[in-house]
Amino acid sequence: MTGIRLAPTSPGSRIAGLGHYRPEKVVTNDDLAQIMDTNDEWIQSRVGIAERRFASPEDTVATMGATAAAKAMAEAGMTPADIDTVIVATCTAEVQVPHTATQVAALLGIRAPGAFDLNAACAGFCYGLAAADHAVRTGSARTVLMIGSEKLTSWTDPADRATAIIFADGAGAAVVTASDTPGIGPVAWGSDEQHTQTIHIPDRSGRLFQEGQTVFRWATSAIAPVAIEAAERAGVSLADIDVLVPHQANLRIIDAVAKKVIAAGARPDLLVGRDIITTGNTSSASIPIALDRMRAAGQVRSGALVLAVGFGAGLTFAGQVFVCP
Amino acid sequence: MSNEDTLTGLAEIVEEVAGVSAADVTADKSFTDDLDIDSLSMVEIAVQAEDRFGVKIPDDELANLKTVGDAVAYIESHRA
Ligand SMILES: CC(C)(COP(=O)(O)OP(=O)(O)OC[C@H]1O[C@@H](n2cnc3c(N)ncnc32)[C@H](O)[C@@H]1OP(=O)(O)O)[C@@H](O)C(=O)NCCC(=O)NCCS
Repeated sequence: MTGIRLAPTSPGSRIAGLGHYRPEKVVTNDDLAQIMDTNDEWIQSRVGIAERRFASPEDTVATMGATAAAKAMAEAGMTPADIDTVIVATCTAEVQVPHTATQVAALLGIRAPGAFDLNAACAGFCYGLAAADHAVRTGSARTVLMIGSEKLTSWTDPADRATAIIFADGAGAAVVTASDTPGIGPVAWGSDEQHTQTIHIPDRSGRLFQEGQTVFRWATSAIAPVAIEAAERAGVSLADIDVLVPHQANLRIIDAVAKKVIAAGARPDLLVGRDIITTGNTSSASIPIALDRMRAAGQVRSGALVLAVGFGAGLTFAGQVFVCP
Repeated sequence: MSNEDTLTGLAEIVEEVAGVSAADVTADKSFTDDLDIDSLSMVEIAVQAEDRFGVKIPDDELANLKTVGDAVAYIESHRA
């Protein structure tokens, strides 16, 4: 009997391009105050959002993902023929079957890729990036298109002030390809299986519920240690991190996580993703959207060391260090 | 540790989380009405108090702690 032969491995993988898509429609806090009992001052002080983007009926999880992906491919200098795997992290696909990844492949003209969706809620981008890195390094894939795309507005009650003020729509994408030196560090992932119902959508109701204070308590205490562990696993000193991009859940969570990461040794002037202010909480899309917009604003240069940490429903979390393209 | 020490420790946490001067954190003050601390800052204060004093302050108990004195009494009676 002959043993199983493994594929040739790659010493590392790296992000070769990033892209994002935000729907055109801007929704301000004053707009929301017209339809529910809320106000700009409360939303800005508790959540940190000034405005967010809502998808149009034409924007689907697949079309938004494809638009973001096309930009990431353009930056990476890749054509559809260069992509052999498509991963979509999403928890808000319009339908369960078919999954989104093949639809994205069809929209972009990518022929016969490995294609699957992954649901790790708001931690989806970091899980997806880990899956892409593993696939490339083990030789299952050469170049992966990894997308976080969410249309949360189809799963929240538009008049529920507990959720409609927070969640929004958008997509972000990364092209992950083989590299002689590692550009993506080991993932620190895990979950809190005692809190499965803390954020949930009952049946197919299309109405997301969350225990806001429980989530807030968990996120402000459990997530900074995940970020710190991700840096440790990558053998990177926190002082060498250029930018911290936590999932854009709530500005006060972001600031609390940043404060702890700085107290643990990151530079006091650590750049922190605070894109929630104008983008809202876009779940698995929030980290790539935030980072790509910081690049576009000239705040983050190519080669910068990024520490990303995602967290959300499950409750689930994941973080890793990677080099910014 | 005495009530005084608990109060001093709690006042330091309140100052750090909410930017209220520790000197203003006295037993008779209401967190919400006098110190202008909102529900999310209360959660952060509870998390730090748990670490510092070795007590558990669940969300439903937290909701009952209206004044600084309530919090000191809760910590004193629940600490290990
Ligand atoms: C959702 C969240 C903003 C709610 O804040 P909160 O302080 O816990 O809110 P509460 O429901 O306790 O309400 C506090 C007060 O604000 C009021 N309030 C609640 N929602 C409001 C809104 N949308 N607009 C205006 N006022 C509101 C309440 O009536 C209450 O007022 P009262 O004290 O006078 O009775 C907050 O818990 C949160 O952001 N948690 C984290 C959730 C998260 O990040 N989820 C994403 C995970 S991926």
